[in-house]
Amino acid sequence: MSVLTGNDLKNALAILQRYPDKRSGVMPLLYMVSRVEGHVTDAGMKQVAELTGLTAVQVQSVASFYTMFKREDTGKYLISVCTSISCFLLGADGVLAAVEDETGVPDGETGHDGMFSVEHAECIGACGGAPAVQVNYELVEGVTDDKARGLCRWLRDGRPELVLSDEMQQLFGGTRSFEWGPPEASGSSGPYPAFGPYGTAEEGK
Amino acid sequence: MRILTERMEAHPADSHTLERYRATDGYSALSKAFGMAPEDIIEAVKTSSIRGRGGAGFPTGVKWGFLPPDRFPRYLVVNGDESEPGTFKDRQLMERDPHQLLEGIIISSFALGVSQAFIYVRGEYPKSARRVQAAIDEAYAAGLLGADILGSGFGLDVTLHLGAGAYICGEETALLNSLEGRRGEPRIKPPFPAVEGLYAKPTIVNNIETLSNVPWIVNNGGVAYGMIGPDGSSGTRMFSLSGHVAKPGNYEVVMGMSWREFIFDIGGGIRDGRQLKAWIPGGASAPWFTPDLLDMPVTIDDAGKSNSMLGSGAIIIMDDRTCVVQAAHRIVKFFSHESCGQCTPCREGTTWLEMVLDRIEHGQGRSMDLDLLLDISDNISPGLRWPPAMTTICPLGPSATAPIVSIMTHFKDEVGSHVHEGRCPLG
Repeated sequence: MSVLTGNDLKNALAILQRYPDKRSGVMPLLYMVSRVEGHVTDAGMKQVAELTGLTAVQVQSVASFYTMFKREDTGKYLISVCTSISCFLLGADGVLAAVEDETGVPDGETGHDGMFSVEHAECIGACGGAPAVQVNYELVEGVTDDKARGLCRWLRDGRPELVLSDEMQQLFGGTRSFEWGPPEASGSSGPYPAFGPYGTAEEGK
Repeated sequence: MRILTERMEAHPADSHTLERYRATDGYSALSKAFGMAPEDIIEAVKTSSIRGRGGAGFPTGVKWGFLPPDRFPRYLVVNGDESEPGTFKDRQLMERDPHQLLEGIIISSFALGVSQAFIYVRGEYPKSARRVQAAIDEAYAAGLLGADILGSGFGLDVTLHLGAGAYICGEETALLNSLEGRRGEPRIKPPFPAVEGLYAKPTIVNNIETLSNVPWIVNNGGVAYGMIGPDGSSGTRMFSLSGHVAKPGNYEVVMGMSWREFIFDIGGGIRDGRQLKAWIPGGASAPWFTPDLLDMPVTIDDAGKSNSMLGSGAIIIMDDRTCVVQAAHRIVKFFSHESCGQCTPCREGTTWLEMVLDRIEHGQGRSMDLDLLLDISDNISPGLRWPPAMTTICPLGPSATAPIVSIMTHFKDEVGSHVHEGRCPLG
């Protein structure tokens, strides 16, 4: 069974054209597979191999190297709490504990209902707005334990289809690393980074 | 004086758009560059003495000079895999002024004879990727990318490539492997990328901030850029300030002021009226400084002479309540997680350092552990000197020894108390 079909397949073939060697398309295509399947599946890796001229094992060796290629089913909302040095100094461990407690999902796990996955993350480049959290890789800066709990409840109760960084920042954020500029309409609808050319970004209305 | 952040501060609503960029003198350097000989642009960058802003601080013009003549195709790869803990400056440059970056890329590609460039943005920066991609799309539509740019006869394609969560891909040869669709494992050098890089072709890898300076250098000349700031640290520099500081954020400054001025005047001092205990001057890989060095000037060379570095420009402040064992443990844990696993001293050494620090932090330390920390570190980076000696392909492993050397040099008694009394003396 093909994972990428129709427009996805067309998009994948267009991506391969952007590189002198189609092997370079492995990572973009793995993100596309994640969007369709919810994570990187065996069938997805097999098709990526066919499209890029590699063996399935070569694709697997790439997929297994990178933290953001999830090999197991991930929740509707992947909550990543940065616990590296700058966030740690400003209380990130408390934020992680609050997220674990509020979602009932321990670090590194996915809840039974498929709503949340929780993970601690290594530095996500938001040190000036520490402690920082990402939901489906969309950023919230200047989070406290209480605001993190509020964010989890807001996600659970409202179940937004589109996760928007600016909206979360306004509701649950605090100090930012720098002035963000005008809000964006693009966001993420799953546990992968939202980027238009890979077909993984959704537009808000 | 500011070069990179003036536009975004004056025009917060739309500094990322082509319209605003053009209305504020944007792409004027490109028109000027097309009237210059490529070698004169390279000469201007050499004269500017600008040093790479990614961490290693290598002179950009010298790097460009390593390209072998007459070998094509050659590639420009832009390193936007900003992942050094404490660093968030390239994120701001990508999100708030992506056309400044693109103009730098187009000019540099013209100078270097490159017709295809890649921008590698870390996967955790989807907004940066979206903003830069929007700028790329605008540039194509306006004839600033693609074939025959502005009627110059020069053509360039730019592709943005999203990483997937691996600090090591900030190391330039690991980045090239990742861009080729491989595991992000660093390559043995030589050959250096300028000779054999992407797809084994001559390749220049430059940082986001470095290339964002190129339009200014072309417009104002290498001499003018070189005159800004002290010798060896020319130009302005983006510093990311974080930790226990009153006013965290990115600051574009001319180097040469004292650390005291930077931390207390610009940064507003220590949060909550606490005292400064130590700071990290250049990202998690850099050995720590203590308050006796507050009057030293902030320059690349002064930091080097004091056995540390400005690295990626990330300054992390720690106040007097900070447990140095906890802080060092957190940094070592980062390197342990991010070790690619190729080289035994790094793969095993970072894991052991993390485990030993963990037991010391939790009151389970053994009396031999203080020597053990230094012994493991010495196995990763023999002699524990600065700059670090290497037993590994890349500097990640030696970087993990920086916090160990720092706490064992400056806070040996505090670490010792953890072991001898089984608890942190700070309570």
